[in-house]
Formats: sequence, structure tokens, C-alpha cells
Amino acid sequence: MLVSEGIYHHVRPDVIAMLEAGSLLTEGPGQATRYAYADAILELGARNPDVVVLDVDVSKSLKTTQFAEAFPERSFNFGIAEQNMMAAAAGMATTGLIPYASGYAVFLTMRALDQVRNSIHYPRLNVKIAASHGGITAGPDGPTHQGQEDLSLMRALANSTVIAGADTVTTKWATWAAAEWEGPVYLSFTRDPVPDLYDESYPFEIGKAVVIREGSDATIVAIRDMVSQALVAAELLAGQGLSVRVIDCHTLKPLDEVTLLQAAVETGAMVTAESNTIMGGLGSAVAELLVENHPVPMQRIGVRDTFTESGPYPQILEKYGMSARQIAAAVGKVVERKRLQVAR
Amino acid sequence: MSESFTPLSIVELKAMAAVIRCDIIEMIATAQAGHPGGSLSATDIVTALYFRVMRLDPARPDWPDRDRFILSKGHACPVWYSALAERGYFDKAHLGTLRRLNSILQGHPDMRKTPGVDMTVGSLGQGLSVGLGMALSGKLKGRDYHVWVMVGDGECQEGSVWEAAMAAPKWHLGNLTVIVDRNRLQNDTCVQDVMPVAPLTDKWRAFGWHVLEVDGHDMAAVVEALESAKACQSGPVAIVAHTVKGKGVSYMEDRAEWHGKAPCAEEAECALEEIRRCACE
Repeated sequence: MLVSEGIYHHVRPDVIAMLEAGSLLTEGPGQATRYAYADAILELGARNPDVVVLDVDVSKSLKTTQFAEAFPERSFNFGIAEQNMMAAAAGMATTGLIPYASGYAVFLTMRALDQVRNSIHYPRLNVKIAASHGGITAGPDGPTHQGQEDLSLMRALANSTVIAGADTVTTKWATWAAAEWEGPVYLSFTRDPVPDLYDESYPFEIGKAVVIREGSDATIVAIRDMVSQALVAAELLAGQGLSVRVIDCHTLKPLDEVTLLQAAVETGAMVTAESNTIMGGLGSAVAELLVENHPVPMQRIGVRDTFTESGPYPQILEKYGMSARQIAAAVGKVVERKRLQVAR
Repeated sequence: MSESFTPLSIVELKAMAAVIRCDIIEMIATAQAGHPGGSLSATDIVTALYFRVMRLDPARPDWPDRDRFILSKGHACPVWYSALAERGYFDKAHLGTLRRLNSILQGHPDMRKTPGVDMTVGSLGQGLSVGLGMALSGKLKGRDYHVWVMVGDGECQEGSVWEAAMAAPKWHLGNLTVIVDRNRLQNDTCVQDVMPVAPLTDKWRAFGWHVLEVDGHDMAAVVEALESAKACQSGPVAIVAHTVKGKGVSYMEDRAEWHGKAPCAEEAECALEEIRRCACE
């Protein structure tokens, strides 16, 4: 048995071994979560005849072509017209269909935001928005295609539910759970591959964050692609003698306040990690929760009020302060602040 | 019609349109806010739909096989609310609560609050896409309902209208009809001066729609156009209805200033008198 296996929950043994060897981000097995969505929606289509998939000329990119081939009568390609797709999805939902409106995060949440707000969220219609290229995971495409605001924008809408899975397992369960959840659900996927972290024991439930690594000195709360970075950061910190809890907060809204407050109380220091802007996303949500209930030293990792640039996704993370190493440095700072507070 | 309702004759439809016009004036005058011009231009068409053409059952507003109506120009909702109330979807007493706190009648239509409202609307340019989705569902589920969407001519300046216009012929949606309330005025002034949308019939035809033109205040012609649109199975139909903004109230007719302004008590009384007098003639 590996030394640290006991502190991990639901993390695959081979992933733990790679974490200890420091090789997860370079050698970790995995795929883009957009492809996990494509597989999940194909399975769901076979189970649920009300599920329809709507595309906007990126069905090859999301591999929703699989669904279109299996269920051509339930597949609708709207061309490059996100606004029309979103409002049409709303119309379909009024009749009992469960549309998964698929595309890229930037265009689904911004080009069509008026439709998403007024025709889907205000009337609380049962539309699922399936968005690839969330955060800066569309690295080489550059800022026009990097959905660095998607979590913030969708969180701001009343009646919204916002989910971003970290890997294949969570993305599949999120896709299936969305169909059972009455009302709008936003699903954010990665364009680039991320490590497959979990075994099938992962207890996915909308609105329930999962402690995937035990720790007592500080907590890293992460979402989507940043969960694997957070695990690597925690392992780096373990080498420095710090015990760091890691929480996969796959559901940004509704936020799992119980699990997060418990972590604040028990570890006394928090770092949030998202490849979303730090304004309005996970960092904001956790900060709002803590400041009203149990303030502890906290730092937010994310895109800091800027547009990034084209480049390999891992290099953008590094240049813009979101890599595992930089998350670990932030944890070091909040732990130091906690010590100073205790000393006072 | 599914329930025991006898569709109104042309003469009866005209009388009902006068009743609805009076409701519109009273609602907006009571609320001291709202959009009379575009409500009055749409009145004859909405009356023909709800009292003759559409398949519906006020006792079952969520009946899956009902025809759908979407007032994409949602600011004209007083005409919709009146038609629904007169048709029996809810008590007419609600009409006096338009735009008030706790009312079932919001400033723009809310499907979660008002029985019979098939879609929440208000942000212009979205209703035709919504109708497109309903029509696609109808075909997929093998239900033979018809989807009616009314857009304003000014609303046709929204690009998303034309995204929907492009899509409906792709799927051969013979169960979808768009009615353009061509009253030639919008909030600021004439559509032609703000941003021309003409030639409207050519545009819809070029996008692949069957196109009909009608005098939107000639009740017999309106009914005929709506019936022939419903009968057309091969693809979507666009009815360009030539109307007069503020129709029925001479001081409002063809005046952009009455797009979104409420009449005072005295003006309202004058308007009601004129509508009732003309209905008797």
C-alpha cells in the first residue's frame, strides 16, 4: 500500500502513485471532459427518449456526432447561431423534451446570454447547457475562445445550477444527473485533456462537494481542470510538511456550504483554484460564504482581471499564476497568515 | 376546438375585438403604464386566433395538444391578457392588476404566473426561435398542434429573428406560422427612419417561407390568412399583416408617441367612447 493512500478518497491508486512520483500532469491518463460528455449523452440518449442534443456547428469538436449518428431524429444542428439554438431549446423544454444545448462556453454564455437569461432561467425551463472550452482550457485558440467568465456569468443568474466536473467520471455523472434535475443546468467542460482522477466509487451528487484528500493545515477548494492542479499542489506541500485538504467543488451553485464551512473551521485557511476569472466564480462564492460565516485567511487562484493569450494550456496556467506550484505558494501564504493570527 | 366552444363568426369577432380594445385601454389607464399602440394594432389578429382559429381549451392551459401562441413582441401583452381573460383562462378582475405587485399579470408576459401564456417573453427577437423549438418538438413527438408567433416589424431589426427565419425552412416546419405586425412604427419613430426592414415579404420569401400579406384589420381576410397558413403543411408561413399602430383610437393611430405611453383618465374615457361607438356602427 502506498504511504499516502489512506488520506485520499475515490482517487485511483495509479493516480496516487503518479502524484507521489510527481508525474500526474505529464503522464496522467485522461481525456478532455468534452469527450466524456459525448459518451455520457450517447448513453443517456439510449435510456431517455426525451433527451435531444442541439449543436451549433461544433458537433465534431464535442463529438456529439456520436449522438447524431445514433439518434438522428433527436439531433438538431442549428449552424453558427447560438441565440437561435438557446431560445429553441427553451421552446422544446416547454413540451417536455430535455434539450442539451451544446457548444463553446464563450458563445453559449455570452453570445446567447440574453436568451439564456430571459428564455431559459427566468421561466426556469428544463434546458441543459453543455459547454466545452470552459476556463482557459482552450489555450492555443486564444482569448476569443477561452471561456474564462462562464462560471461567473452562469452563477449570477437566478434559478441557475452550475457544474464543472474535474474528469471523465465526474463529467459523466454530471451529464446524467442534469437530466434528473428539474430546471436549467450549466455544464462546463475542458477543451484540453485532464487526468482521470477517480474510480467509480466517486459519490457524485449535484450540490455536494467531495473531500478527495484529507488534511488539517489548510484547504484547497478547486473546480473543473484545477482539481488535478490542486492535488499536485497538496502533494508538493506534503513534501514541506503541510497537511492539505483538497475539495472537489464540482457544483459551483448550489454551493455546498456545509462541507466548505467545515473545512474552514477545521483547517483555518483556504485557497480556491479555478481557471475562471477570480471575479464572480468559485473564489468569490467561497469568499462570500466565509466572510458571512467564518472568516479565515484565504487566497484566490484564477485569472486575475486580464485576458490571457494563445499558448499551450499548461504554460498559460504557469504564466498567469494558476499552476500547481503557484497554488502551493498561495497555500503557504494563508498558512503563514493563520500562524500570525494565532500568535496574536 | 376541443371543448364545447363555437368559433365566433366574423361579426362576433369584430364585436369581441372591440371588447378587447376597451380592456386594453382600461388596463393601461389603470396601471398608468404599458404599451397601447402595439396592443391595438395586434388586436384583430389575436382575437381571430383565440376566438376562431386556434385549438385550445381554457380549462386545460397545459394540454399537450393545444396550439401555441407566442407574443414575441411581449410589450403588447395587454392584448394577450385581455384575450385570455375574455376566453376564460382567468377571471377578468385580474385585468385591473396589470403591472401591480403580486399580480398574475406582469409588465411583460410570464408563463409561470399567467394561465394560458405559453412562453415568457419580453426581450425582443426570441419568440420565433422558441416557436421553432415547439414546432420541432411537435414533429418529433407526433403531435399535430400549430405554433403561432407574432413579431413586430421593428422587432425584425433583431438579428436573432433571422437566425430563426433561416432555420424553420431547413426542418420544413409546416406547423409554424409567424405573423409580422407591420404597423410601421417603433419606440423612437418610424421603422423606416430608425432602421428599415423593408422589403419584408421579399426577405421572408428569400429565407424560404411561404408568404401571405393581409390587411390586419379586415377580420374576414385575417381569418382567411390564418386558416390558409394552418392548412399549409409543406413549410413555415409568414403572414405580413399591415396594421395601424393604435388602431381604433383616432388620437393614437399612427403616432409613435403612443408606443409606450398610458392615457390619462380623460383620454381613456374618450378612447373607450370611440371604440364603443364604432363597434355599434
